[in-house]
Amino acid sequence: MTPSELKRDPELERRIDPATGEYRVIAPGQTFKSVTEKIVRIVLTPTTPLGWFALFSVAGAAATGLLVAVTWLFLVGVGIWGITQPVAWGFAIINFVWWIGIGHAGTLISAILLLFKQSWRNSINRFAEAMTIFAVVCAGMFPLIHVGRPWLAYWMFPYPNTMTVWPQFRSPLLWDVFAVSTYATISVVFWYIGMVPDFGTMRDRADSKLAQYFYGLMSLGWRGSVRHWARYETASLLLAGLATPLVLSVHTVISFDFAVAVLPGWHTTIFPPYFVAGAIYSGFAMVLTLAIPLRKFYHLEGLVTERHIDNMGKVMLATGFIVAYGYGMEVFMAWYSASHWEAFMMWNRMFGPMGWAYWVLVTCNLAIPLTTLWSRKLRTSMAYMFFISIVVNTGMWFERFVIIVTSLYRDFLPSAWGTYRATKWDYLTFVGTLGLFTALFLLFVRFLPMIPMSEIRMMLPGAKITPKATTKAGD
Amino acid sequence: MPAREGTYGLLAEFDTPGDLIRAAQQARKDGWRRMDCYTPYPVEEAAEAIGFHRNEVPLVTLIGGLMGLAAMFLLEVWISVLAYPLNIAGRPLYSWPAFIVPAYEWTILWAGLSAAFGMLALNGLPALYHPLFNAPNFRDGATTDKFFLCLEALDPKFDLIEAKKYLESFQPISVVEVEY
Repeated sequence: MTPSELKRDPELERRIDPATGEYRVIAPGQTFKSVTEKIVRIVLTPTTPLGWFALFSVAGAAATGLLVAVTWLFLVGVGIWGITQPVAWGFAIINFVWWIGIGHAGTLISAILLLFKQSWRNSINRFAEAMTIFAVVCAGMFPLIHVGRPWLAYWMFPYPNTMTVWPQFRSPLLWDVFAVSTYATISVVFWYIGMVPDFGTMRDRADSKLAQYFYGLMSLGWRGSVRHWARYETASLLLAGLATPLVLSVHTVISFDFAVAVLPGWHTTIFPPYFVAGAIYSGFAMVLTLAIPLRKFYHLEGLVTERHIDNMGKVMLATGFIVAYGYGMEVFMAWYSASHWEAFMMWNRMFGPMGWAYWVLVTCNLAIPLTTLWSRKLRTSMAYMFFISIVVNTGMWFERFVIIVTSLYRDFLPSAWGTYRATKWDYLTFVGTLGLFTALFLLFVRFLPMIPMSEIRMMLPGAKITPKATTKAGD
Repeated sequence: MPAREGTYGLLAEFDTPGDLIRAAQQARKDGWRRMDCYTPYPVEEAAEAIGFHRNEVPLVTLIGGLMGLAAMFLLEVWISVLAYPLNIAGRPLYSWPAFIVPAYEWTILWAGLSAAFGMLALNGLPALYHPLFNAPNFRDGATTDKFFLCLEALDPKFDLIEAKKYLESFQPISVVEVEY
């Protein structure tokens, strides 16, 4: 397949691989040295770009807002939020599910695509994984601050105590504790192990004593022995193999929190796959939200190419359709179940007082992306993909809002109906986590290698093992 | 590592992975055993060339995973049946399907930690000091763009002058002596 309209432009032609007709994964003309220098110099520079400081101060201000909101919450209690009866799960759980979902794309890129030998993922793998960890940090906070007395949150873990009380293992809420804590731990370990060889490179390329010490310690003394590499590769593969079922299980377990309840709108068997697909959908959107400005700002167009953006668009298209199937099936089951409650729930979701939220989600998750992502031209347009990423992230937030709020506020007995309105503290906490996420990500970009150098080197032409030159025989 | 003195080995520097692999294969064929290659990214063929075919990381991971599975499942059973029996919606105390999820998570947790830390332990890391870091050209290349073959002095065949001549026959960029 050779797209004829692309062939004519010589600038575009240079970026297209003649063998496949696809955009190249790495722009031509890169060597081991040039790639290393490019990535290392972003971190080991004495001058931090002014734009970084500007963004960091904005993100830091928002994160400070989070600190204020959480402090007030600890002083006063969850009454400052909009949660009430019957909507006892408001923004906190919406944001928890949303953030955890965003994290899933990072693990998908680092683990599942590694197992499928999708080497294009190498350039975006590190920062997608960083995104996972920071998203899990933001997500993990919400259930903790939602429990009312967060200083007792450790009661959820099974440990011998003077009360001789133990956790109740038949509850999905407890499964969540193990799923999310395992997910956070394995993500951090996988991320760190992936960076060890790159820390070695940073140690060896650093000029300042402080940086040499810091990266030297972080690298654990990595020296690139092929015996070490062999074990390292095995361990990476095993971690990828373990992270794959893990990532699928995390959102599955989160969906059990809902699906195990008898509430119409929650009590469905389609929730696990539908949650996982939605998670990957929103996660890829967030990777795009981060990757597009990043490659422009740090001039990484040669390493994060149109191919990456294009492929991520394709993954979003596929997962978007799974999500669409989930929505369709919910509507179908509302009718097919012949359950009065289910039918009312669906009607209320679409046309009730909060029906607007359902239509926002249909517009953002289905109408806009699933009609336009078919076009290769749009998938490789940075401005459009950035726009789409924001749209899908918004849509997925509303999906969680719809699932949680519109199922809860009008359940069985009309006398028990209520409504939900978020307070300024809800909004401040949510915006605060966006700030915390951005601030952590900016720190990552500034101090850690954001593109895995050793994995990029493997894809360069120099890594090809040339046949034996007769004059260079060993003797 | 006990303090040693003298020569650690001889370090030959190559420009391409192909040159390194050919040199390593030849050296192995010529009876060298105490040697290692150093590359800026994983080069499987070089590990093969020096006769390193298998590693124990999968075994460590398997054992770790099984321990995690057993630990969590037994903990759940002990808590739910013996230590703190609770009647939850009339279900049996030993309601094992509900115990699968935490046991599954701990299998992955322990297996993953075993893979990562087992790999580091088998590699002898962290080891912040190593004699190779004394070589003038090692740190500039080994983690960036050069490929190294090191013949270690502990090999019975090792003789400083002979080994140097031997390595030079592969036409490397340089051969340097590495001190402890």
